[in-house]
Amino acid sequence: MILSGIDWAIMAVYFAFVLGIGAVLRRYTKTSEDFFLSGRSLPSWICGLAFLSANLGAQEVIGMGASGAKYGVATSHFYWVGAIPAMVFVGVFMMPFYYGSRARSVPEYLRLRFDEKTRGLNAVSFAVMTIFSSGISMYAVARLIQVLHVLDFPFQRLGLPEAWIFHVSIGVSAVVVLTYIYLGGLTSAIYNEVLQFFLIVAGFLPLVCLGLRNVGGWHGLQSGLAPAYTHAWLGFGDARNNRMGVEWFGLVMGLGFVLSFGYWCTDFLVIQRAMAAESMGAARRTPLIAGFPKMLFPFLVILPGIIAIALPQPPAPISHAGSGTTMVAPTGKGLVPIKIDPLSGRPVMDSDGEPALDYDLAIPNMLLHYYPAGMLGIGISALLASFMSGMAGNVTAFNTVWTYDIYQAYIHRNARDGHYLMVGRIATIAGVMLSIGAAYLTSRFNNVMDVLQLVFAFVNAPLFATFLLGMFWKRTTGHGAFFGLLFGTSAAALHHGLSLPAGAIAGVKGGWISVLHVYPSEMAQDFWTAIFAWTTCFVATILVSLATPAMDERKLTGLVYSLTPRIKEDEPHWYQRPAYLAAILLGATAILNLVFR
Amino acid sequence: MRLDIRLPLGFLFLILGLMLMIFGLTSDPSIYRQSLGININFIAGLGQFVFGLAGVYWGGRAEVRKLRAKGHHGTDN
Repeated sequence: MILSGIDWAIMAVYFAFVLGIGAVLRRYTKTSEDFFLSGRSLPSWICGLAFLSANLGAQEVIGMGASGAKYGVATSHFYWVGAIPAMVFVGVFMMPFYYGSRARSVPEYLRLRFDEKTRGLNAVSFAVMTIFSSGISMYAVARLIQVLHVLDFPFQRLGLPEAWIFHVSIGVSAVVVLTYIYLGGLTSAIYNEVLQFFLIVAGFLPLVCLGLRNVGGWHGLQSGLAPAYTHAWLGFGDARNNRMGVEWFGLVMGLGFVLSFGYWCTDFLVIQRAMAAESMGAARRTPLIAGFPKMLFPFLVILPGIIAIALPQPPAPISHAGSGTTMVAPTGKGLVPIKIDPLSGRPVMDSDGEPALDYDLAIPNMLLHYYPAGMLGIGISALLASFMSGMAGNVTAFNTVWTYDIYQAYIHRNARDGHYLMVGRIATIAGVMLSIGAAYLTSRFNNVMDVLQLVFAFVNAPLFATFLLGMFWKRTTGHGAFFGLLFGTSAAALHHGLSLPAGAIAGVKGGWISVLHVYPSEMAQDFWTAIFAWTTCFVATILVSLATPAMDERKLTGLVYSLTPRIKEDEPHWYQRPAYLAAILLGATAILNLVFR
Repeated sequence: MRLDIRLPLGFLFLILGLMLMIFGLTSDPSIYRQSLGININFIAGLGQFVFGLAGVYWGGRAEVRKLRAKGHHGTDN
């Protein structure tokens, strides 16, 4: 791919704004609360868009398009089942405790509600996780630049070795993210997330319009594909009858309840955006406002993937006189090429002996297929923006948890506020450096990363049980929460060690103790691992809590539902009231599920 | 008091929209074969330009109001 001057100019303008925002916001960043929580002063629509965008990293844009090409409309379950209900729940029911307790982070809420050890466990595991997630984002952006050959031509012109492209990509993305967070803290990250949200819409909406026009609209798309591709719920009565290999119960409980509530309701990365809001009402509206674009995002990110698989095979690599753009690989299905092993250069075969498809290239190939010079610059900027904000979200969450929950809690307790502001800035540099390390670790040892992601999944799966009991059952104790989490994580590991997805080899995919059960797909195994972990944590927390002395109720005011005065929704307009927004959001999501059933 | 986000957001899309529109009008029409014969640069650029204009208008109006309120009370520097 050779980008034209206009594409480079567009990217340059975008990056100038990204860094410019950081430079301007530096003037307003005077206290640690400005740096870590935007001084709790942002309106709800900004926090809402940031709440959505912080999660809109590499996995979302490239990954959801890839899933669209692989599973079709059923990918919308990750939105309409696996996000909206949890976003409604956190806004309506949980935000009063997060925001109302004045906790500065999710681990700090755990200290107020339970005890120091529960906070420590959550803070340390979360800090490690954010570093690796941001490293994975960094690795993904460098890989994308390599695979799309974005920098090949400029590197040739400058006489630089091609092997440096990976290092330069990592270095540049790290420096950009570091600079704007260092200067403006969370506000800078949030402002850039808002910019990035609109850039993704600007980059993907024309793509969807062109693609749909090309295939003859939704009906044209339906007629060219098997029914399973264009129906969300077809065949979910039995795991063997749908492409995901999951039955409806595993989907709704595993994805819709345990994993989704575990992420949207407890992950500080997103909760931090709501904590930055200017008032309790604005904090509660944050996830609800995020819910509306989230509900429509399948049309923006999943649909291009479905179109990519539905397009007729391009006859030969398309080359364009003006821009010299060529397709990444002209074989495969539609615009989705065959997966090539980067080491041997040969096609990768799946378990049936067929060549596997490289679904991750569905979205990039769509951009190259439809966009001429000009819009291509917007599309590439949108992709880069999404990777960077995925990184930035993790870095801002890391520097806050490190400074408030590890440094201030265990290393240096009673320093001046300015000291913690400085520590936060140093933590930002350290966080980005560690992410670079994680990115190189990923590039060297893919298996290490698989194992780590598995461990994160084990740690995360039970979390929501702890928060649910903590917020809604006043009898829950610190010992209950702590040991519940440990038991839940162990249950996840045990379940994973005893089960295996069909067609996989025992090892990192599961079955490393013994294979007692075989799931039809890896997704089914993931969902059921989560269900087991959650249930174990839920039961263990209750049992240990009942066996340990109850906590002093006077200290739990504002932290537990039954001991906190109800919030009166007294916003002047109905559309500002969380309950109304929640009802509209749930109703609209139900309708979408019915329309695309 | 801080930077109103609608201003940078608006200016970014004003500039990007303008660049796309000018490029759309001056570029070789044959590059639009791949976008189904539609001059996607001009159309998308126009959309971004209008969006940017709205952002600058609302953001600028809020800034002016803030400045007026300040001048009225005359306390803040």
